[in-house]
Amino acid sequence: MGGDGFNKQRRYFLIGATSVVGALGVVGAAVPFVKSWNPSAKARALGAPVTVDFSRLNPGEMLGPIPAWRGQPIFILYRTPANLEELPRLDASRADPNSERDMQPAYAKNQWRSRRPEFGVYVGLCTHLGCSPKYFPLVTAEPWDANWEGGFFCPCHGSMFDLAGRVRSGLPAPDNLRVPPYSFVGDKIVVIGIDEENA
Amino acid sequence: MKRSTLLWVFLTLPALGIASTEGTNWPMQAFQPNIEDKPSLQRGVNLFVNYCMGCHSLRFQRYERTADDLEIPHDIFVANLVFTGQKIGELMTTALPTEASRAWFGAAPPDLTMVAKLRGGEWVYNYLKAFYVDESRPFGVNNKVFENVAMPHALLELQGTPVSACHQVPKIAANGGEVRDPLIPGVAVTEEKCGFIDVVEGSGQLTPAEFDQAVYDISNFLYYVAEPARIERDRLGLYVLLFLVVLYVFTALLGREYNKEVH
Amino acid sequence: MQQSPSRFPAMWTTFMSWVDRRFPLTETFEYHMSKYYAPKNFNFWYYFGVLAVVVLVLQLVTGIWLTMSYVPSGAGAFASVEYIMRDVEFGWLLRYLHTTGASAFFVVVYLHMFRGLLYGSYREPRELLWLIGMAIFVAMMAEGFFGYLLPWGNMSYWAAQVIVSLFGAIPVIGDDLMQWIRGDFLISEVTLNRFFALHVVALPLVLVMLVFVHIVALHHVGSNNPDGVEIKKHKDAEGVPLDGIPFHPYYTIGHDLPGIVLFLIVFCAIVFFVPEMGGYFIEQPNFEEANPLKTPAHIAPVWYYTPFYAMLRAATYPLFGLDAKFWGFMVMAGAIVVPAVLPWLDRSPVKSMRYKGSASKLMLGIFIISFFILGYLGTIPPSPGATLLAQICTVLYFAYFVLMPWYTRVEKTKPEPDRVTMR
Repeated sequence: MGGDGFNKQRRYFLIGATSVVGALGVVGAAVPFVKSWNPSAKARALGAPVTVDFSRLNPGEMLGPIPAWRGQPIFILYRTPANLEELPRLDASRADPNSERDMQPAYAKNQWRSRRPEFGVYVGLCTHLGCSPKYFPLVTAEPWDANWEGGFFCPCHGSMFDLAGRVRSGLPAPDNLRVPPYSFVGDKIVVIGIDEENA
Repeated sequence: MKRSTLLWVFLTLPALGIASTEGTNWPMQAFQPNIEDKPSLQRGVNLFVNYCMGCHSLRFQRYERTADDLEIPHDIFVANLVFTGQKIGELMTTALPTEASRAWFGAAPPDLTMVAKLRGGEWVYNYLKAFYVDESRPFGVNNKVFENVAMPHALLELQGTPVSACHQVPKIAANGGEVRDPLIPGVAVTEEKCGFIDVVEGSGQLTPAEFDQAVYDISNFLYYVAEPARIERDRLGLYVLLFLVVLYVFTALLGREYNKEVH
Repeated sequence: MQQSPSRFPAMWTTFMSWVDRRFPLTETFEYHMSKYYAPKNFNFWYYFGVLAVVVLVLQLVTGIWLTMSYVPSGAGAFASVEYIMRDVEFGWLLRYLHTTGASAFFVVVYLHMFRGLLYGSYREPRELLWLIGMAIFVAMMAEGFFGYLLPWGNMSYWAAQVIVSLFGAIPVIGDDLMQWIRGDFLISEVTLNRFFALHVVALPLVLVMLVFVHIVALHHVGSNNPDGVEIKKHKDAEGVPLDGIPFHPYYTIGHDLPGIVLFLIVFCAIVFFVPEMGGYFIEQPNFEEANPLKTPAHIAPVWYYTPFYAMLRAATYPLFGLDAKFWGFMVMAGAIVVPAVLPWLDRSPVKSMRYKGSASKLMLGIFIISFFILGYLGTIPPSPGATLLAQICTVLYFAYFVLMPWYTRVEKTKPEPDRVTMR
């Protein structure tokens, strides 16, 4: 067959060069297939920011869970001054009292975990396994806690959150309730999905 | 030889394309779409949304895609071109209820997203210019390209009143030249030819030339909307082919390198 | 320097030994590639087998990706295709690759089959190979038919209507058969859903298995070549055919790799610049949704079925108490299937057209021209003149086969050489 007698350098150069160009082609060809898995225009439209007007809300009440944004249920709470006073007193029982873990944007890294003290915006999903926590704002004895100070109780495995969405330590849920990106476009109107980062 | 024959067959096939003029004798004017002409497309979408979308949806196309491809900022688009309170990411549907419209018009106004592909851009262009007054029809108009169409003349206020007219036109002899009056030098013999559309002067908001442009813009826009990916397709295609040619050079050289061993 | 295993790093050798003790990897690679000896005189007509495999892979991959976004319901199918074209990133490209791929598949396979006619690749001992190939051809036609309903456009709907009603022409069982195929009293979403299952799962499995078996059969007997000479008749001391060369690397890299790239250039030129091919690859009436009340002005199947469609329409006389519709169906089915018996029709002492007589060359030429004319006639609306021409061409098409036992025997052939020629 003549396995000898070929110009080694030329052959190996050609094999190498063709392989490189060919590899580029393969990568290029893979791009449409990979990119087609990105959220389509339909998914992006369905996941578009949602404007919520909560002007009908009274202090102490909560709007939600609304299936507002990207299929996630949203809570909007109107906290009373008493609720706000209570929050620092609950620090000791919190797993992450100062919101060190990354469950909120920068503007919600404060003691109310929100832009404005009186209005809390949270994703209504327990950070344990995703059940919907229930709103119990009143300071009264409850079956799961004789000294209930007001907040959320998750019926699935008993996790508890205060009225700033901070999780109580020693319970299954590891994290505070997530704060979605949001911004105010009116006195009592928020757009969920738009903030400084994703306008 | 055989390779190039095949290539030739491929390249000429589109020219033999199956046309879809369904039984109309109307002399079609040529239509040259240009989807790179953004101002035209912008005028087109403006006209379409204002004059057509009351009845005709573009239900496969999203506002956002149109805005981005036509380089119209989202807020301006929503403020000026979305009358239904829909959001920018939604599909361009019409508020007209289908069932009711069937009763009102005799047929539900069809969705127009792909009309430029279904019937051809040229058909759309000529159709819009072929309405004329016809008292016997329910909406008072008929159409030379689509006989007894159930649609009213949506662009009436722009065009003015179009009337089907007969003109005295020069008679054409068998050899293609104008027939001249044998007794009077330089004067052509005329005959009456019908099937022209004349617009009553001053009855429309636009001059005939302006109306022509408007119809072109709408048709151009519909041509774009039938396949928004066309622009990207053309652009990407060029790069892909260039790359493949380079790859071919390498693989051909490599191939030849091995073939040297085969006597 | 030799290309012996000792040039490979030791790690690789150890790894390969581990694998080879447990799986015949090296053995298989050598049997099918590096020690599979193919005739050294392959020409242009020998590209289309590997190109068919390339297109098959392309269709499988793009098909899988399309299935991720396609919705197989009457209400959602048409819209989902537009969703793919507009909303899914690069969805338009996936779609055009798949539609162009379907047409490319038939171009490549028709040319591949033509090579068989040209060089007698169906002759002994390759009859079974040829039959498997015919099975692939029939499976491809079915796959294309089922796939074409899926966009649920108006031409999709009516093409399915026409072809399914062909089965209604079968006496006695026809109507029940139609209903059974449709799963409903008319072509409906029920039909769409089952065609989806057949197109996406059943037939691709069948096709892949048939292609595998096709290649196994080929490698067992070895490839034919343009001279029709059996290269296994003359082997050297090691049992390697004198006129054979290892498939790898001489055909894989030396022949097929640039060939594939050249094919891709033509293919991509079509995908990116003329994917609709003037209405021949993507038909205009399919840009509106299926409408059971509105038949397109002019029903034509996609171009690769048109020769057979023309033959179907050419049958206009009832015979023996059965209507023309039935005979049309029989003629069409017969035309698709008759090439299968070629191995037994061809009585020539030589295999390749290079050495056959003028009668064979003439008949093949007439066959090809008739096939093309029939293809064209299948795209245009019927008329008395067109029907007559279709009838004539149908007769000529069948004449190629029916008369073959006679003309291949009586014609004067040239002596088949002993060894391949590098013409």
